[in-house]
Amino acid sequence: MSQWIYIGLFFIVGLIIPVGAITVAWILGPKKANSIKKSTYECGIETVGDSWVQFKAQYYIFALVFLVFDVETVFLFPWAVKLGSLGLFAVVEGILFILILIAGLVYTWRKGMLEWA
Amino acid sequence: MSFWNDPLKVAADWLMGIFTGWGMPEIAAQILIGFLGVLMLISLLMVLDIFLVWVERKVVSRFQDRIGPNRVGPFGLIQPFADIIKLLIKEDTTPGGADKVVYNIAPMLSMMSVLILWAVVPLAPRIIGVDLNIGALYIIAAGAIGTLSIIMAGWSSNNKFALIGAFRQVAVMVSFEIPMLAVLLIPTIFAGSMGLNAIIEKQDIWFFFFAPLGALIFLIAAIAELGRAPFDMAEGESELVAGYNTEYSGMKFGMFYAGELLHAFTFGGFWSILFFGGYRFFGLEQVSAFLAIAVIIFKAFVGYWIIMWVKYTLMRIRIDHMLGFNWKFLTPLSFTLLMVVALMNALLAGTPILIYTSGMFLSNIVLGWIALEMARSYSRKEREKVEGMKKVVTTSRSTL
Repeated sequence: MSQWIYIGLFFIVGLIIPVGAITVAWILGPKKANSIKKSTYECGIETVGDSWVQFKAQYYIFALVFLVFDVETVFLFPWAVKLGSLGLFAVVEGILFILILIAGLVYTWRKGMLEWA
Repeated sequence: MSFWNDPLKVAADWLMGIFTGWGMPEIAAQILIGFLGVLMLISLLMVLDIFLVWVERKVVSRFQDRIGPNRVGPFGLIQPFADIIKLLIKEDTTPGGADKVVYNIAPMLSMMSVLILWAVVPLAPRIIGVDLNIGALYIIAAGAIGTLSIIMAGWSSNNKFALIGAFRQVAVMVSFEIPMLAVLLIPTIFAGSMGLNAIIEKQDIWFFFFAPLGALIFLIAAIAELGRAPFDMAEGESELVAGYNTEYSGMKFGMFYAGELLHAFTFGGFWSILFFGGYRFFGLEQVSAFLAIAVIIFKAFVGYWIIMWVKYTLMRIRIDHMLGFNWKFLTPLSFTLLMVVALMNALLAGTPILIYTSGMFLSNIVLGWIALEMARSYSRKEREKVEGMKKVVTTSRSTL
């Protein structure tokens, strides 16, 4: 039987347990909602404006750098698995690959894109 | 093959005999046995989770010079059960403006993301949910679902505190996964496999002695991924009420809380699997499978205790400092460490194990020391800049 059936079973049982707990709580708990209870809790002060705003643009840069690193590290996993049998040449090649990766990070850093403010 | 060595196989064979005796087709019986096994493991995990609430409360109270729960049962052991009953009978409020579907899914995903991590945890030589050959990648992928649930909770609550907490969690997620991925490559290089069982079987000597710096970076990145102090700006109770779970009450809050504790415990387990030999302890795992499980639970508790120790000792750090720490220190350091380990591994291949171990260990220590010296000289420069500015201010005041 495929391994992924077991992973699927873990997903199913992993969902059943919290869903069950929340359902039991929903059955047992009182349900006396009123408009004040349902209002947004912001330290007792009336909510001003909408909460669903745009993300700060800074996240975009971080997300881009993250994406580059994430994808390229996935390329490194097969390299790491076979490293023992490939010898010194593959190691040097991998190091060159990582150095190119770090050059990108240094470029972002020098451009001042890693600053939060 | 006795019950003490391989209890899972004995039990599965016994059940198989019963189910096929009832006239069930073999494939259906296999899936049913798998389902029962998964249900048993997850039920035991939930019991452990209840116990973790007690451990957490007891340990934090000791750190803060209190006694902690001690009224309900001996040493307050029944306290978490009282907590659960209270959570169950509390009203479950939903804020009026919330996105109801996402709001309700988030706590379930939070718990599920932790439970599915245990699919790849090897508990004993032959007791493992699924021996995936990409176990190391599965940890990262499944762990990211937990972060997703936090973002969903913060976004759907329609609450500004929750939203800020979720924003911060996004920043943490896109940062600290990079050093963690880079460090996960190091046990992969040593073991020649991404499967967690293969990684444990290769650890005749703990990988900690090959890469102590890697173990440290993994711990730091894991704490950040978990969103625990000093990286818990997503919760930040002194500024954001409770962060992403401000609007949650009753059992939904309980799911977030229990999920967080079990997540920390799980990462304690992964830390011990990747760097401290998992269930192996001087051949004890060959004696009985139950001893192996006891060993890995003990090691996971040690990892969990260290995570708690860090949490209750260090202060929360600011988000720009945290991102600077990750992108300008931890990421370059982890990739440099990866290059050094790959190079040393190739250069020292074939040498006696003593020379190999000491060479690896020393190269790690030297790299860590160089990185710390660079950080120290940088912070000294920054401090002098700030102190120089202060001096200017004081002199101008005295002349006035």
